[in-house]
Amino acid sequence: MEEGRVLPQSVQQSAAAYAVIREQFGSAVSDFDANETMPFFEVLEAAKWPDIALFMRDHPKLKFNYMACLSGVDYQAEEQLGIVCNLESLGEFPHRIAVKVKCPRDGGSIPTAAYVWHTANWHEREAYDMFGMQFTGHPDLRRILCPEDWEGFPLRKDYRVQESYHGIKVPY
Amino acid sequence: MAEQGSIRVSRKDDNVVVIEKDLATEEMLLSMGPQHPSTHGVLKLECMTDGEVVTSAEPYLGYLHRCFEKHCEVVDYPGIVPYTDRMDYLTGMNNEWAYCIAVEKLLDIEIPRRVEFIRVMVSELNRIASHLVAIGTYGIDLGAFTPFLFCFRDREHILNLLEWASGARMLYNYVWIGGVAFDIPADFNKRVKEFVDYFRPKVVELYKLLTENEIFVKRTKGIGIMPADVAINYAWSGPMLRGSGVKWDLRRNDPYSVYPELDFNVPVPDGKFSDVGDCLSRHLVRALEMEESLNIIEQCISKMPGSEGFNPRSAVPKRVRPKAGEVYARAENPRGELGFYIQSDGKSTKPLRCKARSSCFVNLSAMKDLSKGQLIPDLVAIIGSIDIVLGEVDR
Repeated sequence: MEEGRVLPQSVQQSAAAYAVIREQFGSAVSDFDANETMPFFEVLEAAKWPDIALFMRDHPKLKFNYMACLSGVDYQAEEQLGIVCNLESLGEFPHRIAVKVKCPRDGGSIPTAAYVWHTANWHEREAYDMFGMQFTGHPDLRRILCPEDWEGFPLRKDYRVQESYHGIKVPY
Repeated sequence: MAEQGSIRVSRKDDNVVVIEKDLATEEMLLSMGPQHPSTHGVLKLECMTDGEVVTSAEPYLGYLHRCFEKHCEVVDYPGIVPYTDRMDYLTGMNNEWAYCIAVEKLLDIEIPRRVEFIRVMVSELNRIASHLVAIGTYGIDLGAFTPFLFCFRDREHILNLLEWASGARMLYNYVWIGGVAFDIPADFNKRVKEFVDYFRPKVVELYKLLTENEIFVKRTKGIGIMPADVAINYAWSGPMLRGSGVKWDLRRNDPYSVYPELDFNVPVPDGKFSDVGDCLSRHLVRALEMEESLNIIEQCISKMPGSEGFNPRSAVPKRVRPKAGEVYARAENPRGELGFYIQSDGKSTKPLRCKARSSCFVNLSAMKDLSKGQLIPDLVAIIGSIDIVLGEVDR
């Protein structure tokens, strides 16, 4: 963080929430990125993600009870896949924060958060459908938008569409 | 459930005749959709039924999947706007606006005041049009045909207005990054005012015709109740969340544009007319919201700055190339929170990643919990109350 820069109030609130998480989990989480459009931190030890998620939801000072969005992302240059979760506290506190979790690109897996927020169930299915990372412990990890027998993961940067699907020519 | 080995008998002249033995009592799989009028599009529900009772219903989606997010990665930023129209095709204006808010946040540009008011006005008009479809088709789902015709008659007026402003009836491409495509036509505000005056009594009429209709109330009251905490855990938003009694409206709670200056209520059911969280509450919120939208539109007309020297494209960037960064921005759509997560690498004129957080997709994800133990006709009532548009669910 640059010295002397005055952060907007919303970012300050996120930073305060982050401080509570940092205190509990130490080096398992990265430093706080205090940008103005989407302040976030990264979970460095993916295995701890469910614990962090539960802590964030239930801690009396955090109460991140609302997962607005979960997006899968392909970090091709870093050979990684990841998810970005936009969390906020609905009706309790005004703060909101984004959390990133990453995993290796080939055969990588991220522990599920579907038991913490129900909404993560379908979002994770969509991320799996589009990027192909596994969510360990997910109650029902199937494709959701593409057909069950579709080949490849469409939103990966190096995706090549299959030539034909059940005798139908695919690329036009 | 009949017990194993049960028999069905017929009595005739005091003689008991066994007409059926060992009735099958296992659960039956009933596929509802993808072509079914009550699913509002191409949605398939695989229901396990025990007689008339649904023991579980699993939604299958993707029939309308058009890879919106993949398209976004090959089109430049302004080129994505028309694609957003085609997500929730009943509320094109709101979709475009939500997307533009996200990109404008990344670009950090100031929007002219008149543009903001135009955006609010067309979005609220679109919100009424969308709620009219939701309410009308919900009536049809439950057997009330007349309200549907009334709703579509009134919706036609709104579509005519929006066509006049943008040139299209449903897929507008009107809200652009940094502005709007054209200024509203001369006398547009006058016509909108005429519509508001015309429509106010119609809202009351519709309320009497459908919302207070005893058959309708019997079909929806106490059906598909969603408690507030579970609704939040499912990240419900919009009328669905407010139907569960949570006063949460992004126009108030995460204000954008000129909404802080406008005076309107956020209707939340109080439990007197409906049971909080049931299908009737969700319907009620939509019915009451139309009136609030009318209030907002009227305020827009009176507060909108004049058109002298106004260029609707003055803040539209020639080339959209945001600095590297990420943004998650959202807006209150008629169906809930529509959010866009956009990642920019700072070099390209195309987003690195653009994810649309669809309100219908999230609202529908609770279907499995909501349908457990309901009767099959009530399942229709529940799907209708979620008010899904499959174009947005599947993107």
